[in-house]
Amino acid sequence: MAPPRTLFDKIWQDHVVAPQGEGTYLIYIDLHLIHEVTTPQAFEGLKLAGRRVRRPDATMAVADHNIPTSNRSAGIDEPESRLQVETLERNVVEFGVPYFPIDSINQGIVHIIGPEQGLSQPGMTIVCGDSHTATHGALGALAFGIGTSEVEHVLATQTLIQAPAKNMLVEVNGSLGAGVSPKDVILAIIGKIGTAGGTGHVIEFAGSTFRTMSMEGRMTVCNMTIEGGARAGLIAPDETTFAYVKGRPYAPKGAAWEQALAYWKSLPTDRGAKFDKEARLDAADIAPHVTWGTSPQDVLPITGRVPDPAQIDDPLKRAAMERSLEYMALRPNTPLVEVPVQRVFIGSCTNSRIEDLRAAAVIAKGRKVAAGVRALVVPGSGLVKHQAEEEGLDRVFLDAGFEWREPGCSNCMSMNNDRAENGERIASTSNRNFEGRQGKNAKTHLVGPAMAAAAAVTGHLADVRDLG
Amino acid sequence: MEKFTQLTGVAAPMPMPNIDTDKIFPAIYLKTIKRTGLGKWLFDELRYRADGSDNPDFVLNQGPYRNAKIIVAGDNFGCGSSREHAPWALTDFGITCVIAPSFADIFYNNCFKNGLLPIALPQAICDQLMEDAKKGANAVMTIDLEKQTVSRPDGEVVHFDIDPFRKHCLLNGLDDIGLTEQKADAIGNYEKARRPSKPWLFGMTHTGA
Repeated sequence: MAPPRTLFDKIWQDHVVAPQGEGTYLIYIDLHLIHEVTTPQAFEGLKLAGRRVRRPDATMAVADHNIPTSNRSAGIDEPESRLQVETLERNVVEFGVPYFPIDSINQGIVHIIGPEQGLSQPGMTIVCGDSHTATHGALGALAFGIGTSEVEHVLATQTLIQAPAKNMLVEVNGSLGAGVSPKDVILAIIGKIGTAGGTGHVIEFAGSTFRTMSMEGRMTVCNMTIEGGARAGLIAPDETTFAYVKGRPYAPKGAAWEQALAYWKSLPTDRGAKFDKEARLDAADIAPHVTWGTSPQDVLPITGRVPDPAQIDDPLKRAAMERSLEYMALRPNTPLVEVPVQRVFIGSCTNSRIEDLRAAAVIAKGRKVAAGVRALVVPGSGLVKHQAEEEGLDRVFLDAGFEWREPGCSNCMSMNNDRAENGERIASTSNRNFEGRQGKNAKTHLVGPAMAAAAAVTGHLADVRDLG
Repeated sequence: MEKFTQLTGVAAPMPMPNIDTDKIFPAIYLKTIKRTGLGKWLFDELRYRADGSDNPDFVLNQGPYRNAKIIVAGDNFGCGSSREHAPWALTDFGITCVIAPSFADIFYNNCFKNGLLPIALPQAICDQLMEDAKKGANAVMTIDLEKQTVSRPDGEVVHFDIDPFRKHCLLNGLDDIGLTEQKADAIGNYEKARRPSKPWLFGMTHTGA
């Protein structure tokens, strides 16, 4: 009898085209998502070598990083941004690649639209020139980020040369407390395993907490797997997954649906399969979290205090913490709920889906953005925006003094000029708090959507559970 | 792709763990549609003052390190974004080797596409090489990929491990796509076999001409 296999093992083995020697393999890619930032040089390479795109029917393009989130019909002001988007638009025509144009309701952040459109499906290999491709693992797919050279390789050959990763299990059991969101779960996991905890591994998230989590919650968790060092994170497909995928525009239909379903049901990890590394958390122990430093692993429950470098023995770690605190302009032992903010960003591929907006709207309703705070809400796609408006969420945000924007990556990495100015402190539902990412000297605190709304209406980092 | 065989040059010390790719290459410069000439933006935030002049406290602005060919860094080098602009900027600046206790996966992969050799060595050995790197003009090391050695300024030779396939590609400057195209038949056969059993994966985003 064949040895028990993990979900990752099954997907990996299903995609091996040929061994490449020395432990590397040529693996096949089922879905290639592309955007404007990591493709110009790849398409140019194809042109120079006289190569075509092998599987345009397995490729989908969208512009998301550079585009403005306001006044979109006026076009893109910034010449370099405009050039990069125009380059993508030329390339998709020249190479025959399907594309969601900027003015389409289907346009949005690439990792929002993949699942939303039913493009991302269980058992697939999915790649994109963006590290948050890990998001699609929520569907039970093997999904990971690649560099531009690998983008070119996939466009030309629909394959990648890869060595298999090791298997890591992260198990979380129990129910989440009131005010605790999937974002807090992944922040807590990264806090525990560290920013290199998963390096060399693919993480499978298992346990009752994930079984009962919605698909959007699973996407938030898988999205930040890369911040824990693992290239890919997966959650085994189940009835929740199948119900989510069914009927979406690009999902299989009819007889093909039944065929696909039968395959998808064979994917979950076999009983007795071995993992190379394991970590466990109790859902009941997870409080709303917030990052205090300049790495996603610099994270604590909101009830905590800014840490004190003097308590750290290891000189390298102490120096790193001192540097972080200096950049973040935070004093040791300050209660996190006393840290004021000047900017709030609700958006990004981590948290800009309808459930995220609903969670933030519950807190915003009947309240006002605090004086001295500028707060942006950027829905993840045209479809999310439309649904939010149908539910009246835009009115809730606008009445409270939040700005309601058009879909794009926006302030997550600020390529489109939505950015923190003058070293502002920002509570953000995005995924990285690195120095300077959200603006020059911007001081990022990563939080979940309800926590971000709480920060907006109080003017400081706040425990959303205290807002009732 | 450029080959990497042997390198002798000054090594610059960057004794920080978790040097992320936003530090190496800030997002604002990702708007470029080129892959060359990115060296001017390498470590941009750390390297330049607000007025655009060189920050004298940053190691790559200091004397012999202005021509550094090697960086010795803390663990988890290259974490964060998958941007290949990070190795592009490093090699355009002139750095073709990074030595650290560990590297983030995507960055590590990207290096091998660009003639940049990432060498992982145990922390204790990296600590010694970090001390070597602090020797300014005397921080000269020789990297030999064929022999898999790092020769320190005092002549001591350190051995490093590397995946044989990656070593082979880097030594010979092999183009990945060219290599894969030699397996065109295998790819065609895989697709032919897959289509009947998983038909929903074909013709998905459009049905073609």
